[in-house]
Amino acid sequence: MSVGALFFVVIVLGLIGWFVGRARAIALRSSRTGRFSALPGHHGWFVALWTTLPPLLFLAIWFFVSPAMVTDAVIATPQAASLPPTGFERSAILSEARNLARGEAFGAFHDLSEVLAPAYAAAQRRFDWIATALAAILAFAGFAFSYLRVRPQFGARTAVERIVMLLLLGASLIAILTTFGIVASLLFESARFFSIVPLIDFLFGTHWSPQVIDPRDPGANLGAVPLFWGTFFIGAVIAMLVAIPFGLMSAIYLTQYAKLSTRRWIKPLLEVLAGVPTVVYGYFAALTVAPAVRDFAVMIGIRWASSESALAAGLVMGVMIIPFVSSIADDSLAAVPSSMRDGSLAMGATPSETIRKVLVPAALPGIVGGVLLAVSRAIGETMIVVMAASGVATLTLNPFASTTTVTKQIVDLLTGEAEFDSAKTLAAFALGLTLFVITLLLNIVALIVVKRYREAYD
Amino acid sequence: MSHKINAHNVNVFYGEKQAIRNVSIDVDQEDVTAFIGPSGCGKSTFLRTLNRMNDTVASARVEGDIRLDGEDIYSKDMDVVQLRARVGMVFQKPNPFPKSIYENVAYGPRIHGLASGKAELDTIVEQSLTRAGLWSEVKDRLSDSGTALSGGQQQRLCIARAIAVDPEVILMDEPCSALDPIATARIEELIHDLRGRYAIVIVTHNMQQAARVSQKTAFFHLGELVEYGDTNDIFTNPREQRTTDYITGRYG
Repeated sequence: MSVGALFFVVIVLGLIGWFVGRARAIALRSSRTGRFSALPGHHGWFVALWTTLPPLLFLAIWFFVSPAMVTDAVIATPQAASLPPTGFERSAILSEARNLARGEAFGAFHDLSEVLAPAYAAAQRRFDWIATALAAILAFAGFAFSYLRVRPQFGARTAVERIVMLLLLGASLIAILTTFGIVASLLFESARFFSIVPLIDFLFGTHWSPQVIDPRDPGANLGAVPLFWGTFFIGAVIAMLVAIPFGLMSAIYLTQYAKLSTRRWIKPLLEVLAGVPTVVYGYFAALTVAPAVRDFAVMIGIRWASSESALAAGLVMGVMIIPFVSSIADDSLAAVPSSMRDGSLAMGATPSETIRKVLVPAALPGIVGGVLLAVSRAIGETMIVVMAASGVATLTLNPFASTTTVTKQIVDLLTGEAEFDSAKTLAAFALGLTLFVITLLLNIVALIVVKRYREAYD
Repeated sequence: MSHKINAHNVNVFYGEKQAIRNVSIDVDQEDVTAFIGPSGCGKSTFLRTLNRMNDTVASARVEGDIRLDGEDIYSKDMDVVQLRARVGMVFQKPNPFPKSIYENVAYGPRIHGLASGKAELDTIVEQSLTRAGLWSEVKDRLSDSGTALSGGQQQRLCIARAIAVDPEVILMDEPCSALDPIATARIEELIHDLRGRYAIVIVTHNMQQAARVSQKTAFFHLGELVEYGDTNDIFTNPREQRTTDYITGRYG
């Protein structure tokens, strides 16, 4: 049986275990007097969990481990002796043989694949039997263990509680483990990239055109500086020039001036803005803002205005970030004790003087932390720049010129026909890793700043 | 003797709830006037009507006639900013701004344009800190944060900050309730020293403090002014039964 079918069988066994365990508990309860420490349902759950969890855990591991074991078994057969020892062809033949054996393919480029396919099918069958047998043994062992413990004195209730706790712990670890997995794969692929391209060339090179890579000097066209400059220019300069003033001013209005009734409908509206899918912002940037920016540039006499300008992408990204900055600035301003405001007003300061000279400086660490988080979001933002920014990497200060970003390049490098071993494709992982490290550092700094600030007023 | 503040038939409402009922009181320039009474009696609310700090509470509404040197402070022509420069305030909890000691004191003079240059501002800061009895303690660390001072020092810094704009009246809202006895004694001494230069109105829940620092005492209860007169009379020979009950500790 395949892993998928086994999974369902185990679930059904668990269900049966539940009924059997419960029935036994009921039977014991009616034959005896005295207090039970758990309800029959708890015993049912105890049996069901013990019947299902061990084989399920085994199957989960098996799912990842067995393909390699099957392949190893195939390689060990005499037919596989003529396989090329290493390289691309070897893995191509093996995967073709696998597809043939599973009936997913009906012909092969390599004759050897046809030869290996029966061996593959046989090995697969053998390992499926092993899996079935092991899963069955584990299920019955778990069942027997738990069934025999169904006794009046047995605290099935607390035992189930402990198992549930472990399950929840496992669930919470999944996200963390996945993050580690992502980082590991990034690191692994980046290491392969840096074995081809020197780190210095990548980090400090100022020329980026991955379409043409000279095999003798792969680093010459893979200098990431223009990409990081473009990312910084769009995400941290132009977008923030929009998001910081407007976000801050809306927060000031909402916390200091707006009546409660006004606040009650403006704040949700701002939050709706944060919920707009970024791809919609992308359309807006590419179809509406970018042509408008170009026309404006032409109007004021700039000749080489691009319709994929940094300005268009940055402006729209800034608008996207406004609610984010506004909400954090709002929290920070609200956290400044009202005694500060009263103190300033009692000195005869006007509300705007109070905001400028007391409230904003007092809330500044929180606001700065929020802005850093916003920057980290902006530079990781992909959809807007994919749709509105250019693919050409230029080192420029001109906001009307075309500029590209790290995320846009990653998408370009990984879409379309790409071979997985080239420096060009691997560059995407190196870019991803660098971006990951930068945003991680930004987030850490921002969280430290915000935390310090919170402590200052507690 | 001149009246600095005349309040006549003052009523204060928070929404529907009436917090002050028909209070009339005259505050003298040369005196320290104490407002006493149990918690929630309206003494702080009434104090805050005198510099219109109740304006910052959206639901608050003030009726009646309050005059500063004969000028109606609730008239349309009254500039609230100027009023608050003339009637300074010190709060219950010390609330120095998160700025340096110097900047805390210089804040008022700067926003009101009282100093024409750095030298003049320095003079105002030194003078204010001296009058608040803090100069000798902080003169070597004026650039330290005001929030790094001890509670008592912070409160004297707030008094210095209020003095720096050269007000005519200083309102103090339970200025010692967050301080230890030694710091309290320093503030009381300071109030004594400032008497005469500024008309001082102090709200306190501490009757001994009222007896020590004030010349006039007003006893509030449930939003009404029960009795107002010389501090000596109030404490030794009260006219009203409720006053007697309160100062002898029968309630409150």
